[in-house]
Amino acid sequence: MQEKVAQIIGKYNNDKGFLVPILQDVQKEFNYLPKDVLVAVCAQLHVPLSRIYEVATFYRAFSLTPRGKHQLSLCVGTACHVRGAPIIQDGIERVLNCKAGQTTADLEFTFETVNCLGACALGPILVVDDEYQGQMTLAKANKLLKKLGKKVATDEED
Amino acid sequence: MKKIKSTAKLRDLQQELNARLDPNRACIAICCGTGCLAHGTRNLVERFEQELADRELTEKIALRRTGCHGFCERGPMVVIHPQKIFYQRIKADDVPEIIDKTILDNEIIDRLLYRDPVTKEKIVHEHEVPFYKKQMRLVFGMNGMIEPTKIADYLAIGGYGALAKVLDQGDPQGVIDEIGAAGLRGRGGGGFPTGRKWNATRKAEGSPKYVICNADEGDPGAYMDRSLLEGNPHSVLEGMIIGAYAIGSSHGYIYVRNEYPLAVENITLAINKAREIGLLGENILGSGFDFDIVINRGGGAFVCGESSALFASIEGRIGEPRAKYVHATDKGLYDKPTCLNNVETWANVPLIVNKGAQWYASIGTEHSKGTKIFSLVGKINNTGLVEVPMGITLREIVYEIGGGIPKGRKFKAVQTGGPSGGCIPEAYLDMPVDFDELSKLGTMMGSGGMIVMDERNCMVDVAKYFLKFLEQESCGKCTPCREGIYQMRKILDRITEGEGKLEDLDTLEWMCQAIKDGSLCALGASAPNPVLTTLRYFRSEYEAHIIDKKCPAGVCKALITYGIDPDKCTGCHACARVCPTGAASGEKKEVHQIDQEKCIKCGACYEACKFDAITIV
Repeated sequence: MQEKVAQIIGKYNNDKGFLVPILQDVQKEFNYLPKDVLVAVCAQLHVPLSRIYEVATFYRAFSLTPRGKHQLSLCVGTACHVRGAPIIQDGIERVLNCKAGQTTADLEFTFETVNCLGACALGPILVVDDEYQGQMTLAKANKLLKKLGKKVATDEED
Repeated sequence: MKKIKSTAKLRDLQQELNARLDPNRACIAICCGTGCLAHGTRNLVERFEQELADRELTEKIALRRTGCHGFCERGPMVVIHPQKIFYQRIKADDVPEIIDKTILDNEIIDRLLYRDPVTKEKIVHEHEVPFYKKQMRLVFGMNGMIEPTKIADYLAIGGYGALAKVLDQGDPQGVIDEIGAAGLRGRGGGGFPTGRKWNATRKAEGSPKYVICNADEGDPGAYMDRSLLEGNPHSVLEGMIIGAYAIGSSHGYIYVRNEYPLAVENITLAINKAREIGLLGENILGSGFDFDIVINRGGGAFVCGESSALFASIEGRIGEPRAKYVHATDKGLYDKPTCLNNVETWANVPLIVNKGAQWYASIGTEHSKGTKIFSLVGKINNTGLVEVPMGITLREIVYEIGGGIPKGRKFKAVQTGGPSGGCIPEAYLDMPVDFDELSKLGTMMGSGGMIVMDERNCMVDVAKYFLKFLEQESCGKCTPCREGIYQMRKILDRITEGEGKLEDLDTLEWMCQAIKDGSLCALGASAPNPVLTTLRYFRSEYEAHIIDKKCPAGVCKALITYGIDPDKCTGCHACARVCPTGAASGEKKEVHQIDQEKCIKCGACYEACKFDAITIV
């Protein structure tokens, strides 16, 4: 782990100015920001842990808790909102039994909302494990969840 | 490519590359913008590569993977050159036919053509499509002509020529005067005159001086900066290098959202290429001028689009703005003179240098010059990115370019300026669009988001949406923004739940003024705009929620009931199948009903019904 951290920090020439991108790379590597890794970052970059905590909790992109195997991000930007994103959000929250910003208890899914993904023409957009899925509907979202192994209560009978 | 050591050598290279462009060679330009990629363009590209290879045509026919063409609604799309035939909504299985019929036999495939929804006519060529016809694609049009990953493509169409011109003239102040005379104003939000900003940074004492490109594009509903960075990154770089030369800066940053992976990839590649051939780094084109650019990725905070918060973020701190009595042009990043402009602003710079301030100033209105790219999204037939001259009317944008509202519904409002902007009602559709006219309406240009809303969008809900957004994104440093927005949102919650009082509207207006007056940064000060404009133009909708306990648009859950129109219900059972609680039920082929006790108003039945039988009142 120490080595991985050194590698990431090295990429940015140990420059404290790159704390945000460094934490992004750390999160990519470890799936979230584990405490021991942050302690390592703080020691190697010579930045107080309080500062790292401040940054990690300020920016939306960071998570201090483990994230699910599957990542669902629903865009709730204005264009997606006016095309019905809230209805889809309610639907996904209902099926996963977890609120936006949370991870399911079995660590299978992390569901979050994002403020704009910049693919407004195709709204509402749901990103499933980095794949953009445009013109989302409740039915399409249910189908996607089913494909990922989630039991959806309203399975079609015929 | 080798390092280019002088402007003369650059011109030679441009000419050489340009001569290699054969205008008669068949070329398939395939849009690989994020929108089209989401439509499945990746498969399409692979299929084209495969089919061309199978026919041994790879040499004869060029395949150009371009950035966004703008007409995202009709993706995936290709333009076939030299005829400029426009095919839309293409599937991978259409590929062999396109190659065999259109490219080899010059035969048009009727079903892939765009059909004008109004005249029902099929349209063959890209420039004849009404969506493009009214546009003036000075900045964005180049996207279709180049592959963003190939610097040679950009050079071949004259790219970096403006930089060479500036270096040859050797007059940095002259460049600033030219940009000033062109009347270019910042495309990111405030519309500050670019020339003045450059001048102030040039005159400021301190070193080093920084030049920054703001590619944070936090406004929900706007994505032109992303599409420029993805589709034509070198135009942004060229603008920045020219700016740095004029200002006297050797350090540049691009602050880009991490949510835009393709933009990060393309701009990184572009920087590396430019450095490799001597357009960045030390002694650029042998002129003695040094300048280099570093990319900094943001962490997904809306407030970081604000200049002082952005500086804090680049310095590795949390994005909290500071008071503005010290200008960024004097003390910006690391307290040094800093010039921050947005992506689209930088991309306009080479254009002005090439064609002259006079030409540029001839486009647009008295105080807003040039073109502006808008993202036309929401309830509109032709969604996508449109570039239009300043001064065009909203009606032209919505109806002539955008093709009007889908499903024959009624236009209600267009929202501009993101969370800092407001909603414009139908009565003002004939207003010319420019910085000052939009401000007069209580909204703003912002970065160019234009979200169209129809009769099924509730304006109270929209106001609440923006407050929720701002509540989440408020950095929390100053009280008026942090607490004020939260309290206003609570009031709107009550109104949308049918528990509002008429006095609430006065309280809202009073609070809006307090937040405007008391907030530290421009984002806080403009946060009340969505509430103020909806109160101003759509007060009756607020009153309907408060007095009649009704949501006329049928959006606010607490105030609506779902029902079934027995005359339209065919008993197809689709609603019952999707209903998660069993509220919608009935025998097949008989009229269904909704049990109000069980209904959670999730909207699944409404979405599933193909006969328009679900009613919302």
